Amino acid sequence: MALLNEQIRQEVRKMLADLKNPVTFKVFTQEFECEYCKETRELIEEVAGLSDRLSVEVYDFVRDKGVADSLGIDKIPAVAVVGAKDYGIRLYGIPSGYEFGTLIEDVRLVSEGDSGLAPASRELVAKLKDPVHIQVFVTPT
Amino acid sequence: MLAHQLAVESDLIRADMVEVIEFPHLATKYQVMGVPRTVINETIHIEGAVPEPMLMRELGRLLKK
Repeated sequence: MALLNEQIRQEVRKMLADLKNPVTFKVFTQEFECEYCKETRELIEEVAGLSDRLSVEVYDFVRDKGVADSLGIDKIPAVAVVGAKDYGIRLYGIPSGYEFGTLIEDVRLVSEGDSGLAPASRELVAKLKDPVHIQVFVTPT
Repeated sequence: MLAHQLAVESDLIRADMVEVIEFPHLATKYQVMGVPRTVINETIHIEGAVPEPMLMRELGRLLKK
């Protein structure tokens, strides 16, 4: 059953019409899919079907532990949004509601490969010497 | 979203969006009472939506350490 209705599919198609670089969703689930794993995988597969610049790779969190580790994936459902390179963008849990918008914006961002940050912010970020891990906790709204 | 922009800007930055209802143990661990809640390197916690200049101030604190 489709998770996205036709109106949303059309809107997303429009938003993804001018993607620059291809984007790959690396989805992590498991053989007996957890409560939201199946929905997350199906949602990502539906979104990927809306643009020929998008593709999906589905991994098993247990069997493909090596891939999960290399991407720093430590829980599922997880989606890594990867463009020309892996920028370190991860979504844990189903990106629904407001976070569906984040997912689509992530695709555009990663495809463009430009952060769009203010010049002062870019300057500050360039001074970082050590890895930074940012976690943003959200709820489905 | 801003966190993800930062991840694109720097190879040193990794940014996770975590749907907290699905990971209740993390809600407890990071004392998530309201959302969004931003946690940087396990040490800096910010409650509520964070405008770009404010997040930059917080990142700036990391440079001073």
